[in-house]
Amino acid sequence: MTKTITDVICPFCGTLCDDIEVVVSDDGKKIVEVMNACAIGYEKFHHSQATDRATRPRMQQADGSYKEVSYDEAVEYTAQMFAKSKKTLMYGWSSTNCEAQSVGHEIAEICGSVVDNTATVCHGTTLIAVQDVGIPSCTLGEIKNRADRILFWGCNPAHAHPRHMSRYSIFPRGFFTGKGQHSRKVVVVDPRPTDTSKMADYYFQVEQGRDYELLQAFRAALKHEWLPDVVAGIPKERIYEGADMLKAGRFGIIFFGMGVTQTLSKNHNIDAAIMLTKDLNEYTKFNIMPMRGHYNVTGSGEVLGWQFGFPYAVDISRGFARYNPGDTTSNDLLMRGDVDSVFVIASDPGAHFPWTSVKKISELPSVAVDPHFTPTTEICKLHVPVAFVGIEVGGNAYRMDNVPIDTRKVVDPPEGMLTDEQFLEKVLHRVKELKGVH
Amino acid sequence: MSEYLIKNGFVFDPTQKINGDVKDVAIQDGKIVDKVAKPKVIDAKGMTVMAGALDIHAHVAGPKVNIGRIFRPEDKLFNETPRKGMMRSEGGFSIPTTYRTGYAYARMGYTTVMEAAMPPLFARHVHEEIRDTPIIDEGAYPVFGNNWFVLEYLKNREIENTAAYIAWLLRVTRGFAVKLVNPGGTEAWGWGLNCLQVTDPVPYFDITPEEIIKGLIEANEYLGLPHSIHLHGNNLGNPGNYTTTLDTLKLAEGYKAKNNFGRDVVMHHTHIQFHSYGGTKWADFESKAKEVADYVNRQKNISIDVGFVTLDETTTMTADGPFEHHLTELNHLKWANADVELETAAGVVPYIYSPDIFVSGVQWAVGLEIALFSKDMMRCHLTTDHPNAGPFTRYPRVLKWLMSQKARDEQIKAFKASDKVVSQSQIAEIDRELTLFEVAQMTRAGPAKVLGLSHMYGGLKPGLDADVAVYDFNPEKEHKPDEIEKAFSHVKFLWKTGTPIITDGEIISHGNKRTLWVNPKVNENPQVMRDIHDKFLKFYTVTEKNYEVTGKHFIPNPFVIEVDATR
Repeated sequence: MTKTITDVICPFCGTLCDDIEVVVSDDGKKIVEVMNACAIGYEKFHHSQATDRATRPRMQQADGSYKEVSYDEAVEYTAQMFAKSKKTLMYGWSSTNCEAQSVGHEIAEICGSVVDNTATVCHGTTLIAVQDVGIPSCTLGEIKNRADRILFWGCNPAHAHPRHMSRYSIFPRGFFTGKGQHSRKVVVVDPRPTDTSKMADYYFQVEQGRDYELLQAFRAALKHEWLPDVVAGIPKERIYEGADMLKAGRFGIIFFGMGVTQTLSKNHNIDAAIMLTKDLNEYTKFNIMPMRGHYNVTGSGEVLGWQFGFPYAVDISRGFARYNPGDTTSNDLLMRGDVDSVFVIASDPGAHFPWTSVKKISELPSVAVDPHFTPTTEICKLHVPVAFVGIEVGGNAYRMDNVPIDTRKVVDPPEGMLTDEQFLEKVLHRVKELKGVH
Repeated sequence: MSEYLIKNGFVFDPTQKINGDVKDVAIQDGKIVDKVAKPKVIDAKGMTVMAGALDIHAHVAGPKVNIGRIFRPEDKLFNETPRKGMMRSEGGFSIPTTYRTGYAYARMGYTTVMEAAMPPLFARHVHEEIRDTPIIDEGAYPVFGNNWFVLEYLKNREIENTAAYIAWLLRVTRGFAVKLVNPGGTEAWGWGLNCLQVTDPVPYFDITPEEIIKGLIEANEYLGLPHSIHLHGNNLGNPGNYTTTLDTLKLAEGYKAKNNFGRDVVMHHTHIQFHSYGGTKWADFESKAKEVADYVNRQKNISIDVGFVTLDETTTMTADGPFEHHLTELNHLKWANADVELETAAGVVPYIYSPDIFVSGVQWAVGLEIALFSKDMMRCHLTTDHPNAGPFTRYPRVLKWLMSQKARDEQIKAFKASDKVVSQSQIAEIDRELTLFEVAQMTRAGPAKVLGLSHMYGGLKPGLDADVAVYDFNPEKEHKPDEIEKAFSHVKFLWKTGTPIITDGEIISHGNKRTLWVNPKVNENPQVMRDIHDKFLKFYTVTEKNYEVTGKHFIPNPFVIEVDATR
C-alpha cells in the first residue's frame, strides 16, 4: 500500500507552496506521485529519485576525473581548507534550511570567512534599496484577502513562480475578494510581452532599461504633475490613467523581479518603486514585495540578519561582521582575487556567475555541497552530495514574504548520505579542533 | 551540581522585605536554599545583591526586530566586537544581534526577558531568534487585539470561544501571554485607516476597541493565565492622548484577577509614557504623567511599565502599523511595514530622540514623572519599550535619573529648550529619589508577580530559581550619578538557575537558557476547531498543519507552564 503525505512544502521557489501531496511507496523509500505542485516542483521531487545521482563525495583528480571518497575524507579536506585559508568565500545557502545556515555561520566566524547568498546576483539590489528607503510590505495572505490592484513589474510569475498567481495574487477568492480575479485589476510592466502580461488588464510595454523613468513618471502622475508626451515608450495619457486606476484601489501591491533589480539603474529602480508605493499610501493602502527566487534565500538573509545584522555579503574575516556590497560581494571578491578558497552550498554559481568568476573558483581550493550534479560541482575540487532539504530532511525555510514554514521530510535519503547540517556540523567540529577553540 | 554561597552582601529582596541587610545567599542545584554544606564562597562584602532582573516588555526577537536589523546597517557602525573564546561576535546598538542581546542583558543582571509582540504566523521566526539568544530565559506574547477570530467571537460576546481560541493559539505558537496592540486600529490599517479612540468602530468587523479589550480581559481571566492581558492602547504618541489612556484604563474597573499564580492585576498597560501626553498639537505638547499615574495609583487591578525615553538615536518598531506610518510622515525617515494576514501588522521607522528637540525633552520627563509619581513600585516596571523609547542597554542610565535628582537636573540643564521642557512638565519640581528597594520592586519582584512567575523569579527566597546578580555598588556610600550608571551597567557576578554566567565581570558561560510558554487546557470546543479549519482552508496561505511550531530546532529547551481551565 502506498502512503499519501499531505501538507508537504515544495522546496523550489520563493512561493514555498505548502499544500503538496506526495504519494510514497509502502516502504517509505520511493516517491510514487506528486500532486498539486507546478511543473518545476513536480520535477524537483522526482529528481531526488534519480538512480544516477551522486551518493558519496567525489574528489577531483589531477587529470580532471573524479574519485569517490568517504564523507570523513570530505570533512577533513573541507576543514583543512577552511583552517588554512585566510579568507574563504562561503557562497550559496539559498536552497538549504536555516539550521544548516546557522552552523555554516559559526564556521565562518571561527575561520574568518565571507558569507554571501544568492541575493548577491538577484535581490541584493532590493536589499540595498530597502536600506535606503525602507519597504512597506505584507504577507501574501493580505493580498489574497484584500488586494484589488496587482502590479507585476519586471517579473514573470507564469514561468518563474507558477503557482503564485493562483495561490496569492491574481485568482484566489479571499475574505474581501470573493470574486477572485474579477475583483482585481492586474497591471504588468515588462519590455517583452509574457505569459503573465497576457493576463493583465493593463500592460505597459516599457522601453528596455527605462523602468526608473516610468516609475518616477507614475509618482508625478499621482499628483497630476506635468509629464512629457512619452515616457519610457508609454504615452503620458496612459500613465495618468494607470496612476488614477492605482489610486482608486482599496489595497494594492507591487511585485517586482529581476527585470528591475538587475537591469540598468539596479537599486535605484527599487528606490523609486518603494517611493511610489509610499506615495500611494497617501491615497489608499499599498504594499510592495520582491519576488524572491530560491525557496530559502529569504531565510538566509533573516538568519544572517539576526546573527550578524546584515542580510548578505557578510565579511567576517576580522572575527566580526562587515558589510559593503561591491566590496564584500561574491563576484567582486572573486574577480579581485580577494579570497583564497571557495565553499559553495545549495546553489549553482557555475551556471550563473560571470565566467571570470567561475574561472577563479576552478583555480582555487573549492568545495561544492549540492545534491545535484551542476556546473559548479564539476569545477570544484570536491563535490559533497547531500540529502535534499524539504524532501529527505526537514528544516525551516522563509517564504518570499518572510513567513517561516518548516519543510517536511517525505522519504529517506539513500543510505549513508549526510544532510547539509550534518556535514557542516562535522566540519565545524573538525575546524574547532584545528583552530583550538571550544 | 555545584553549591555557591554569596557572603556578606547588601541584599535587596522585596519579596522577603529585605532592605539592604547584610546577609548571605546560598545556591544549590539551581535553586536558592537556606544553607549549603560545601559551597564555593563568593565574597560580596560592600556589594549589592539582588535577584536576576526581569524585563516585562522588550522587542528582542522576531520579524520586525529583524527588519530593523536588516534595513539599518548604520546601526552596527563602530560597535561590532569579534568572537572571543566561546563568545560569539556581537553587533548593533538599538537592534543588537541575538548574541549581543543575551550578553548585554546578562551584563546588566537581567536573566528573564519577554518578547513583547509575536505575530502568530511568524512564531517560528521568533523562536529561532530566542534559540540564538544566549543565557536569558525568554517568553513571547502572541498578539490578539486585531485577530479575526477574536474580533468575530467578541462581536457576539462569545467569551468561552475566545478563551478556547486563545488556548489553541498559545499552544501552537508556544506563546506566553495575551498581547493587544492598538486593538482594532491595526486591523483598520489593513485599509490604511486607524482607531484612535476606544469607541471607534473597526471597519467591517463592527466592533470597538473597548469591546475587544473587555472581552480579552474576561477571556484571560476565564483561562486564569499567569499574566494579565498585556495592552498597548489606542492613540499612541499623539498630543492629548492621555484622555484615551484614561478611557482605556477605566475598562479594567470591576474586574478581579482569577488565577493560581499570585497575580492581582487584570490589565498591564505597557509603555505608558507614550500614552500620557497633553496638549493639542506639538507646539503646546505637555506632560500629563500626573493624571495617569494618579489613576494607576488608585486602581489596584492594573499595572504599567513605563517606556523611558533615553535620548538616543533608536529604531521604533511596533505592531501599531498606522502609528509607524504616521511617524514616517513626521520624521521622513525610512519606513518598513509588514501586514500579517488575519492577525496583525507591524511597522519600523528609525527615530532620533534629540536633546535639542523640545518634544523629546518632554517625553523624557513624562517617563521619569510616571515612575516618580507612582506609589506602588510593584505595579510600575522599568522598560524602555526597547528599542522604541531607547535601547535596553540604557537601563542603568534610567536608574541614574530615577535615583538621583542631581542627575535629572544636569540633564534638564543640557536640553536646548530647557525652559520649555520645564514649563511643559513637572520633572524639575520632583525631589523623589528611588531607593534600591524600590528599584528591586520595579525590576524584579514587581514584574515577576505581574507575569505570574513569582514562584520562579524575582526574589531570593529559598525555593526560587537561583538567578542572582551582584553589583559592585555599596549602598552605604555616597555616589556620584555616573557611578550609579557604571555599577548597574556591569554586574560583578551573575548566576542563572544556579549556573555561574559572569564571574569578576567576565561572561564565562552561555548557561542553560529556557523558552517559557503557557499551555492552557480547555474543554473540547468543536465550534472553535471548525472555525479554525475553515479559516485555514479559505483565508490563510499556509495550511493548518503547517502552522504549529514543533521541533527541537525551534525550542531546544522548553519550560511549559500548564494551566487547567477545563470546567
